[in-house]
Amino acid sequence: MPFIPHTDQDVSEMLGRIGAPSIEALFDEIPAALRVASLEDFPAALNEFEVMQLMQARARQDGRPLCFIGAGAYEHHIPAAVWSTISRGEFYSAYTPYQAEASQGTLQSIYEYQSMMASLTGMEVCNASLYDGATALAEAVLMAVRANRRSSSARILLPANLHPHYRAVTVTTAGNQGVKFEELRYERGQGHTARETLEAFAGQDITALVIQQPNFFGVFEDVDALTDFAHAQGALVIAVVNPTSLALLKPPGAWGGKGANIVVGDGQPLGCPLSSGGPYFGFMSTRMEHVRQMPGRLVGRTVDLDGRPGFTLTLQAREQHIRRAKATSNICTNQGLLMLAGTVYLALLGAEGLERVAALSMQRTEQLSHVLTSIPGARRLFGRAGFHEFVLGLDRPAAPVLAELSARGIEGGLDLVDYYPELGPALLLCATETKTAADIDSYGRALNDVLRAARAA
Amino acid sequence: MSNIPQDLKFTSSHEWVKQLGDGITEFGISDHAQHALGDLVFVELPDIGRALKVGESCAVVESVKAASDVYAPLSGTVVAVNDQLRHTPELINRDPYGGGWLVRLRPAAPAAAPALMSASEYALHTAQD
Repeated sequence: MPFIPHTDQDVSEMLGRIGAPSIEALFDEIPAALRVASLEDFPAALNEFEVMQLMQARARQDGRPLCFIGAGAYEHHIPAAVWSTISRGEFYSAYTPYQAEASQGTLQSIYEYQSMMASLTGMEVCNASLYDGATALAEAVLMAVRANRRSSSARILLPANLHPHYRAVTVTTAGNQGVKFEELRYERGQGHTARETLEAFAGQDITALVIQQPNFFGVFEDVDALTDFAHAQGALVIAVVNPTSLALLKPPGAWGGKGANIVVGDGQPLGCPLSSGGPYFGFMSTRMEHVRQMPGRLVGRTVDLDGRPGFTLTLQAREQHIRRAKATSNICTNQGLLMLAGTVYLALLGAEGLERVAALSMQRTEQLSHVLTSIPGARRLFGRAGFHEFVLGLDRPAAPVLAELSARGIEGGLDLVDYYPELGPALLLCATETKTAADIDSYGRALNDVLRAARAA
Repeated sequence: MSNIPQDLKFTSSHEWVKQLGDGITEFGISDHAQHALGDLVFVELPDIGRALKVGESCAVVESVKAASDVYAPLSGTVVAVNDQLRHTPELINRDPYGGGWLVRLRPAAPAAAPALMSASEYALHTAQD
């Protein structure tokens, strides 16, 4: 049986029917400058053995560095049971289980995911995941514009200390759909967004305020005051959170007097390896009052004709196969497999296990901060408390320092110069439970050596 | 055969229109439409005071199998919506021309009222549907 179902004769008959001279002619509207004329620059095909050799050589180039970079993706211990469970044939698919009668296991696992995430975020309903944290925020902004009927401005307040990639993705996605963004400055000595900064918008028509907790610098925001201010102005509150941190922090559903309206974030810390940046999964939860404006799949529990409990996709009338152009989003096949990894991870750790991961990460970060700030030429830039990341100011440009550390097998943090040049030389650093006291000490010695050598040079 | 009251006007998109007096016009969706949609589970209604243009999407009726837009049968300002539908959308299934009404509006310009179908024209329209 051929893998390509259309014979040359099929193709020419179809072209003849629609009156097109060739398949190429169907792509005429794409400007020639954007098209690849030939594949002659591509190497010849390799056999399986050659591909394996090439990939192993590339993997060796990565090495196994000691990684202190967080910035939205975090290295946590993943119990072996997570990926061995989800690799089972019954689970191993990213696809949406439309056929309820044949997919009860997958549907139940999604329902359990939704239940755990709704509970973790303090919300009433959670969807069956989105692509990643950044696109989840973009979807949340569009959802807020639909849901906030008191506002007609489509104006969104984005803090400058929100993850820069989240800001870029959100502005790219929603900015072309009539949404306007205002940037909120952060306090230079503390790293958080002051409630006073919002005063400039008092009495104005604001659709939603985005609050990241902890923010990109790892610093805690005063979420209660920010949430209450936004609600007093008739704005909705979109929370961007790290799911691990919620084992210790107040859930967004309890922020301020009324709680956040929409909660999003990246699910990567829950059982997904760093893996060169993806794939991860995004999560989104909200209150029942906004459920019809929420994008993405939802699984519900129901009973069959005989009254037996079962699971099925629900509220599908919001979705594009029914609602067409007016659907709440274009999300269809989601990150189901990664979401399942998150589900198994949460189920294995339980509430207590997740709390220990969060507490240990926070403790290791404090140790790291203590060791590094005792080194001449390094200091903490923000005085405010945070979770498992902090910003370290250096007395010289960060890039050569990081290159030296990298040569010693240490990924020493994210250079913030391109994102926040106003901070001067600065690194964003993270330590999770995977970093031992010995790891932290060896980083401290390496940084001390590198900075001392740089001063002597 | 669906119920088509003789004293109402209709649109081709299955809204019915009733003159209430005092210059107020009420509309909803027809018996034919509610039957085609099936059991209704949710209704989204416009805000009071909103100015509608004829043909503009102004409400959403959602059933267990579909969600459908409702279009304004004439231009005007929304003066009332049927708040009971927020908790009992099945009123539309039970009584589409009475308790299942959706919106009352004050027409913008009576002279510019669009041509609506009579009951017999609508009966023919649904027969062809």
